[in-house]
Amino acid sequence: MKILVCISKSPDTTSKISFSDQNTKFDESGVQYIVNPYDEWYALVRALEIKESVGGSVTIITVGTQADDPIIRKALAIGADNAVRVDAQPSDAFYTAKQLSEYAKENAYDLILLGKETINYNGSQVGGMMAQLLDMPFISVASKLEVNGDSLTLESEVPGGIEVYEVLTPCVVSCAKGMAEQRIPNMRGIMAARTKPLSVVSPVDCQNLTSVVSYELPNEKSECKMIDPDNMDQLVDLLHGEAKVI
Amino acid sequence: MILVYINTLNGIGKSSYEAVTYAKKMGDSVVVLTNGNEEESNLSSLGDYGAEKVMIHREITSFESGQICDLISKVAEQHGINTIVFSHDHVSKAVAPMLSTRLSAGLVPGAISLPDSNGHIDVNVFSGKAIAKVSINSDKKIISLLPNSIPLEKNETTCVVEDLSLDLCEAKIKLLSKKELEGDIPLPEAELVVSAGRGLKGPENWGMVEDLAKTMGAATACSRPVSDIGWRPHHEHVGQTGIAIRPNLYIAAGISGAIQHLAGVNGSKVIVVINTDPEAPFFKAADYGIIGDAFEVLPKLNESMKKFMAQNN
Ligand SMILES: Cc1cc2nc3c(=O)[nH]c(=O)nc-3n(C[C@H](O)[C@H](O)[C@H](O)COP(=O)(O)OP(=O)(O)OC[C@H]3O[C@@H](n4cnc5c(N)ncnc54)[C@H](O)[C@@H]3O)c2cc1C
Ligand SMILES: Nc1ncnc2c1ncn2[C@@H]1O[C@H](COP(=O)(O)O)[C@@H](O)[C@H]1O
Repeated sequence: MKILVCISKSPDTTSKISFSDQNTKFDESGVQYIVNPYDEWYALVRALEIKESVGGSVTIITVGTQADDPIIRKALAIGADNAVRVDAQPSDAFYTAKQLSEYAKENAYDLILLGKETINYNGSQVGGMMAQLLDMPFISVASKLEVNGDSLTLESEVPGGIEVYEVLTPCVVSCAKGMAEQRIPNMRGIMAARTKPLSVVSPVDCQNLTSVVSYELPNEKSECKMIDPDNMDQLVDLLHGEAKVI
Repeated sequence: MILVYINTLNGIGKSSYEAVTYAKKMGDSVVVLTNGNEEESNLSSLGDYGAEKVMIHREITSFESGQICDLISKVAEQHGINTIVFSHDHVSKAVAPMLSTRLSAGLVPGAISLPDSNGHIDVNVFSGKAIAKVSINSDKKIISLLPNSIPLEKNETTCVVEDLSLDLCEAKIKLLSKKELEGDIPLPEAELVVSAGRGLKGPENWGMVEDLAKTMGAATACSRPVSDIGWRPHHEHVGQTGIAIRPNLYIAAGISGAIQHLAGVNGSKVIVVINTDPEAPFFKAADYGIIGDAFEVLPKLNESMKKFMAQNN
């Protein structure tokens, strides 16, 4: 099975979030980037497991600049065969999906895996957009994926339960918790990653559909009011009278 | 005219009324599109919030992203619609991006505000640590509203329900089965949430969490390690890698308040933290804090809540 895994970077969750240029740009100084956890823990690891059981290949792709190469090497160290970087700054979800789809189209993958969302923009957009651009079925937020020949069985958590679907390849799947267990790269993987092929391709022309005009930080929380553990009546009063939430 | 698509396969939830309220507040007439087999009398309740018409396609009875996308896009074309509103749920997360591409309509996923005078819409970014103002550059626009972001507003309107027949693309996703899970209130929609973490020491101690939740009519949630070790079901896991919620009230007992946990709950209006450790980071994000043992505090809080409920209902 020929699998493409879309990888994005996201700031390490402990990063301080601040903005520059009159709050129009994310201030990257001092920010550590990691592979977006959904992409790494679930999409990539499940892709590797499928390859290990039925054979095939796992290619990772990212839309990003040269500064993102360390993220790509990290994903290669976990076990992907090769990597592609579309050399562009991802400016909105549609732009990103368009770049990824153009590459995917030329290379006829059986399965395209993504994370359920990036933890910086939390949009859950790129997967559905790719499916539409590639005219493939899209299963979102899958928590299980089994391969049986050219058909897939998938599970997805929906309100009130879990639905089990069947779909034929090729298709696009966004991956959530439950799909696989995180893998820590070992020394051999890290060494091997240095020499694995990373090809850089040029972006195609594409207009954004949306843009971020500016950013804001949420209002500071006011001081936490401490309540005596023996006086829960007081808490209930405050929740009712002051906070007005009950 | 604004088109609101809602998923009614699990009934009509509060978030559907919110989406209609939102569309109505944008100032144009509102029609609703759905699919499945919801009864007419329930569908017409959307008129209470301003919907003039509900169109229902009764042939799509499962979650088939391709067909739902086809349905919405055909209806939008027929009616010359430029603005489509969703509630940000599992259906819209799949369908809205497909539709955005098909209609070349910019999408704002997880909107938390109405468009301002410049048409800019707020969304949470960086796991709730910041807000971005987003502009849609295309004429056609899709907005997917985060649950619990705007207050419901009644707007009594006469609402007609119309069955649609429309040829749709072939279904590519086959629903094999559905496993029902218990759990009464869907977490993303819950206004009140009681949550607990590793401080509760074991699954056998969740009775006091459930009791309090029951008294208040709240949903239950948990921290990640708790669902990872199987003390609680996965769908209760909130945080950066679980689900993000923004209830009116979030009560957290025995949760340290790690940044990845906060990422999923810092949109809550009011946070109450119960922890034995005065240094627990969660107190910094809390509105009300109780330094104490959850095993004692939760039952006491439950008693006080019961008294309050008895007086106020
Ligand atoms: C990439 C990444 C993603 C993550 N995603 C998530 C996520 O989505 N959601 C999430 O929750 N976590 C997530 N985590 C894990 C997170 O960092 C914390 O480890 C986790 O939230 C801690 O859970 P906890 O507070 O239940 O447990 P602990 O950190 O063990 O805290 C237990 C707390 O209970 C208190 N306590 C003990 N006994 C009592 C008592 N009797 N009464 C009252 N209080 C008591 C203790 O003082 C302590 O503060 C993630 C971590 C990483 C690295
Ligand atoms: N710049 C990118 N390059 C490659 N894949 C991406 C990029 N941005 C997002 N993705 C993929 O799309 C998924 C959903 O992202 P989003 O729509 O931004 O929430 C991510 O989990 C990634 O798998």
